[in-house]
Amino acid sequence: MTAVALTEERRRARRRAAWRRRRLVLLLMSPWIVGFSVFFAYPLVSNAYLSFTHYDLLSHPRWIGTSNYEFLFEKDPSIWPAVKNTLWLVAIMVPLQVVFAIGVAMALQRARRGVGFFRTVFYLPTLAPPVAATLGFVFLLNPATGPVNTLLGKVGIDGPLWFNSPDWSKPALVLLALWGIGNTMIIFLASLLDVPKHLYESAELDGAGAINRFRWVTLPSITPVILFSVVIGVIEALQYFTQAYVAATIARGGQAGDSLSDLGYPEQSTLFFPVLLYQQGFRFFNMGYAAALAVLLLIVSLAVTFIILRRAERLIHYQGLVR
Amino acid sequence: MEAALRRRRLLVFVAEHAVLIALAIAFIAPFLFIVATSLMSTQQALSPDLWPNPLTWNFNDVFERAPLLRYAGNTFLYAGLSTVGVVLSSVPVAYALARVRWRGRNAALLLVLAMMMLPPQVTVVPLYSFWSDLNLTGTLWPLILPNFFGDAFSIFLLRQFFMTIPEEYADAARVDGAGELRVMISVVSRLARPAIAAVALFAFLFAWNDFFLPLLYTSDNPDNWPLSVGLSHFRTTHQVQWNVTMAATLLFMAPVIALFFCAQRAFVEGVTLTGVKG
Repeated sequence: MTAVALTEERRRARRRAAWRRRRLVLLLMSPWIVGFSVFFAYPLVSNAYLSFTHYDLLSHPRWIGTSNYEFLFEKDPSIWPAVKNTLWLVAIMVPLQVVFAIGVAMALQRARRGVGFFRTVFYLPTLAPPVAATLGFVFLLNPATGPVNTLLGKVGIDGPLWFNSPDWSKPALVLLALWGIGNTMIIFLASLLDVPKHLYESAELDGAGAINRFRWVTLPSITPVILFSVVIGVIEALQYFTQAYVAATIARGGQAGDSLSDLGYPEQSTLFFPVLLYQQGFRFFNMGYAAALAVLLLIVSLAVTFIILRRAERLIHYQGLVR
Repeated sequence: MEAALRRRRLLVFVAEHAVLIALAIAFIAPFLFIVATSLMSTQQALSPDLWPNPLTWNFNDVFERAPLLRYAGNTFLYAGLSTVGVVLSSVPVAYALARVRWRGRNAALLLVLAMMMLPPQVTVVPLYSFWSDLNLTGTLWPLILPNFFGDAFSIFLLRQFFMTIPEEYADAARVDGAGELRVMISVVSRLARPAIAAVALFAFLFAWNDFFLPLLYTSDNPDNWPLSVGLSHFRTTHQVQWNVTMAATLLFMAPVIALFFCAQRAFVEGVTLTGVKG
């Protein structure tokens, strides 16, 4: 009915307003539209193409069909170590980080005095730039003269070789990661403080001990935050690079040998998937093969992202939780 | 019964603080050992000693052994320009996603989220070749320029904050004849100052800490190394000298920690707004 009632002039005014609005949106969104196309959409498409080519940056990419993928799935001797190491991060490092962050947050939650001081102390390491933190830990854990092994020696323990041992290099990276749980700890602290006090009180009245209170009151309340931290942890594990790169190159230090083989030191134990990708693309200049590795990484990351985006509605509106 | 309960409470109280104190020592110890070693002589830093004796000032040495000021200049250039770029480009995008109604808005938001979550490595090969075609590899521009085209994380954080600003403020300005851009700049952005400060802070820290991209683009040209890349080469060039290396490490950490104490409010705002950000 209203459409009929609209005069020609009104209709034109409305169209003008709609056009103005569209122009406004376009203007506001323009930085992102350019950024998305040039730095995201185009590289994704281009990467898919390059993964079917031989490309060394110097000459034009040459189409070689699925050779890169055949090499990836059947021949590359480094692929399984890299995949296994990355899965190790997901299966061991991420859960330890989450559990430790909850533990620290719970200890903090119960503090009666000095909460601000302790919170700052636990948060501070998060601020240390990854390169600096890693250098610090390579020093702290250096087998010969490092403070950790010196202290272990004083109580009669023969410290491991840490970053110089294929068995201990990943646990050493875990220690480094646990030192930097500040952000996760802060969101757990916030969610612990959100648990209604009366729930604890009634549980206590019902005779629930500390373990049962944790199991039946605390845990259900912080489950969304746990899920969230695990997801973020997995995303970070899939791109874990800086610490592994710095630890390997520094721990290997002055040892003789070409600089091509220092990544993953010792014995490929720190060769994570992104490190392998970097090595192939930017040390060996097998950029076509690196593109194939990137496709694999993209598929896995998309699967993880998809799981999150399916819950996006909730995440988006659950303010204060989402990064 | 009553007395026993009270004694147990007291013990629990002490025990809980004991755990906190032990944790605090474990968190602080790495800093302490790094400081202690940075004050040792070269000789002593090679020994298992934990405490410096005699005290040695290595911080001047650091500047002599590596062009630290140049690295710092590069880092400040990268971090400073990135921060400006992120704020300038992300505010309008976040405004369009939060406060203007249009078709495709939710789809655009999902794409922003996807960009935020995918590892940077998935686009690195074509991007490197892109910058190489423009003859810009070896410079800081491949690190800086993309920040002027919207940063997914910042867009998302700002959008979340813009959503919470009541529409009445904007309407009041519109009644006074302000256009939409005017509303964005002088009403919404003004009210969102804490969030913008947090975004600027995170952008600065991200660039300061960034290692992967500078390694990728500036490796071949030491003149353009930022601190992170310079520091990662420090020990390989100055082998086992842990005292000087730890002094350099401290110099790299110090500005960030100083920034934290100066801008603690922006940090708290940012972390509670976003959950996590490394």
